[in-house]
Amino acid sequence: MKLLRKVAMNISPKISLTRRYRFAASHRLHSPQLSEEENQRTYGKCSNPLGHGHNYVVWVTLTGPVDGATGMIANLGELDPFVEREVIEAFDYRFLNEEVAEFRATVPTTENVCREIYRRLQKFPRARLERIRIEETSKNSFEYSGEHAKGNSLGVTPL
Amino acid sequence: MIRITRKVEFSAAHFYHNPDLSAEENRRVFGKCNNPHGHGHNYVLEVTIAGEPDPTTGMLLDLKELKDILQREVVDRMDHRHLNYEVPELAGQIPTCENIAAVIWKLLAPTIRRGTLDRVRLHESPDLFADCAADSTNRAGSGA
Repeated sequence: MKLLRKVAMNISPKISLTRRYRFAASHRLHSPQLSEEENQRTYGKCSNPLGHGHNYVVWVTLTGPVDGATGMIANLGELDPFVEREVIEAFDYRFLNEEVAEFRATVPTTENVCREIYRRLQKFPRARLERIRIEETSKNSFEYSGEHAKGNSLGVTPL
Repeated sequence: MIRITRKVEFSAAHFYHNPDLSAEENRRVFGKCNNPHGHGHNYVLEVTIAGEPDPTTGMLLDLKELKDILQREVVDRMDHRHLNYEVPELAGQIPTCENIAAVIWKLLAPTIRRGTLDRVRLHESPDLFADCAADSTNRAGSGA
């Protein structure tokens, strides 16, 4: 046990930083590849043609070395405006199906919203994007860590 | 393997300043966090221990013991303190959420007698937290 404790002490832990953002948007779950009846059966009330909305909560997790000069993985002074520009401005108070180009051909389920936000934020130059977690409601949440991730938590087929 | 998590809170002051940078660079890099008068947060710390429960007690470790450890190692050191000046373990470091979480990891790791320290999660505010976690690529087993 002593030896194990010593080993545990010597583990160099991995540090990550997670920031919470929010946006409110409407969407409709409807696939042109399915018949009206199949859409109704698959998506139920989420397929209402006029759409419905959520207060989305987005948790963005970054990893990378802690910069010795700043003590930071990522400077929020850079991350916040990047997320604002790439995601919030594009998604907040929008109808996702029609106002976000990527969802004209893809059903804006929160699984797909996770992947789209991951794709957009992966371009952040200062740190590595590790995970996007979206709470669609207080009961449903979704996570995506990229297709390379072992046991990708969405378990969905890549587009 | 089982993971258990205990939460504790402390309130502390800090500011960000790197003496190697000019006053202007400090303001540019750290923004309002550079205010030399400092500012404060209600930090929420969640500490996760991983391992196998003792077959006799059914417990991974005594949560009362973990509570006492967190009080001694973290709360007594940091609660109602100025992190830039009053916590020797942070001397020479900028007291960011990342650095504080790493210091807490180093303080706690040697004190856990059953199971292993799996994750230190430090919330600076409801919108921001840093994780310091055992890297799964070099995890040393359950250590129970």
